[in-house]
Amino acid sequence: MSLMTASPRRPAAPLVAVDDLTVRFVSRDLDLSVVNGVSFTLEPGETLCLLGESGSGKSVTLRALMRLFPPTARLGGRVTVDGVDVLALDERRLRAVRGSLVAMIFQEPMTALDPVFTVGRQIAETIVFHEGASYRAADRRALELFDLVQIPSAARRLDAYPHELSGGLRQRAMIAMALACRPKVLLADEPTTALDATVQIQILLLLRALQRELGMATIVVTHDLGVACETADRIAVMYAGRFVETGDVEQVIDTPRHPYTRGLLRSTVQGAAKGARLTPIAGAPPDLADLPPGCSFAPRCPDAREACLAASPDLYRPAPGQGARCLGYAPDLAFEASPPLTPAEKDLAA
Amino acid sequence: MPNEAVLAPPAAAAAPRKGRRPASRSFWRNVLRRILRDPVTLACAVILLAIVLAAAFAPAIAPHDPYRTSMLRRLLAPGENPSYPLGTDELGRDLLSRLIYGGRLSLFMGFAPVVLATLVGSLFGILAGYAGGRVNMLIMRAIDVFYAFPSVLLAVAISGVLGAGIGNTIFSLTLVLVPPIARVAESVTTQVRTQDYIEAARATGASGWRIVTGHVVSNVTGPILSYASTLISVSIVLASGLSFLGLGIKPPEPEWGLMLNTLRQSIYVAPVNAVLPGVAIFATSMCFNLMSDGIRAAMDVKQ
Repeated sequence: MSLMTASPRRPAAPLVAVDDLTVRFVSRDLDLSVVNGVSFTLEPGETLCLLGESGSGKSVTLRALMRLFPPTARLGGRVTVDGVDVLALDERRLRAVRGSLVAMIFQEPMTALDPVFTVGRQIAETIVFHEGASYRAADRRALELFDLVQIPSAARRLDAYPHELSGGLRQRAMIAMALACRPKVLLADEPTTALDATVQIQILLLLRALQRELGMATIVVTHDLGVACETADRIAVMYAGRFVETGDVEQVIDTPRHPYTRGLLRSTVQGAAKGARLTPIAGAPPDLADLPPGCSFAPRCPDAREACLAASPDLYRPAPGQGARCLGYAPDLAFEASPPLTPAEKDLAA
Repeated sequence: MPNEAVLAPPAAAAAPRKGRRPASRSFWRNVLRRILRDPVTLACAVILLAIVLAAAFAPAIAPHDPYRTSMLRRLLAPGENPSYPLGTDELGRDLLSRLIYGGRLSLFMGFAPVVLATLVGSLFGILAGYAGGRVNMLIMRAIDVFYAFPSVLLAVAISGVLGAGIGNTIFSLTLVLVPPIARVAESVTTQVRTQDYIEAARATGASGWRIVTGHVVSNVTGPILSYASTLISVSIVLASGLSFLGLGIKPPEPEWGLMLNTLRQSIYVAPVNAVLPGVAIFATSMCFNLMSDGIRAAMDVKQ
């Protein structure tokens, strides 16, 4: 994951380049800073996993790649996909990008498929719309797609309504729909959260296989560490709209650097910890309408010191390829020099 | 827009089309099968069909001229004279013939305002529901003004201003029926608009127009139509009421509400005769209600 500003004009420009993305939701009474400066790049065939709890801004970051927002969203920074400046597109060109260059898999396949149309029809419709194909050709392609996502007796299932399919088949149909126009970037918003545990792993394996086979860049949003380990090449841990830790899967899971990541790993059930009590992270996520000036995790951080409250820390590099937005890894000694925060001070900062 | 099928209203889209989608045909076969298993709906359908057919072929079926009066045969009781099975009215006209002919106007007054109001009301309702915000405010508050009046009073007031006659009655009934339909359309659309599949459609690059005409319309049509079908009986009753008050159909046209009005004076002399038009109104509107319930249940895919 490079923090360098990627220019789309460079010949070796990455497929996806997000630079200092900010998203605010502004309404009359509320001004929520949901994403506060996210930057990353992604190459074809790579999978990035955005990991974080509810409200950490991971889904919003994901949606920024196709600018899928209500009109109240205010966007900043730069998002480039395959040379296309997504944030600058007009409505018409944006619609051409959605579904064909960038496609998305939703969390809940039951509600994300239109109940009054058969799944085959919904897939064919997207193909007809983007590629101007005939319905006959689109139907054939839909059948191929159903075979590709390994739906048994595909021809019959194309004529099924969403409620007639099981959860796993529905999610496969959803994936088929996302793949319909051969996207270069696949977005998956908690693709397995709504599924049975037994089906989850099948869908994950399928996603992994498809992504390798088709060479798509994939971004998976999840709050489930298991999903992250299973699918991702790299992980970005999000907290309060920022990447607090980035790195390869092994690095982040085996040697977490940021106190938040460590807390997250401690609060997850893992095989070795059978019988042991889990340690939750104390406190609650910060109010996005009123973020603290310093490190947004400081009020909950066991290692927080006074220096943490001064300014939001940069992404430091505790190890090659790994980044952590924690003052503890700063090259200067301001962190070591400042005294630890008392619980009262933490409350005050929160 | 290349996709004609999506743009067509779902009622048309669901009709069997050449070649494509055997599923849609089996959907309507399933609906039919469920209706055939439901005795109440079936009975209502048969009664309504009989009424509609009788009205349609009135000249062939009616035993007498519905306009021919006779001072000698006034208020014959039903069965009193075998050639007048349901008796005669206060001017000696054959009641059966008048009821059969009256079905034409009464059914027309039941359907025409509802069809018009459904078109207008859904247009406003879907627009308000999908646009939201200020547009919604503007449309729905304007509609609330009409909604504030009791429907009968509003119909009477409008018809009173415009005068009697078929056209005016249809206009006033349409105006009365638009607000409730628009409200239902708006609330259903508001619900549908926030569904995941609308966002998913946006994520596949669908435009606002495509989303409304494809996904929103097809998802709100069922609820709107099933609500509108319950209004047919309301419309029949309201139209009859207007005629009864002398604000609807003008005599000597045979119309159930009007017949009820003119026979009213004879209720002590020939009570059965006086009640018969009311029975016709009641039976027709009841059958419409029960049948629309049955069809709605049969069309619910998830049952």
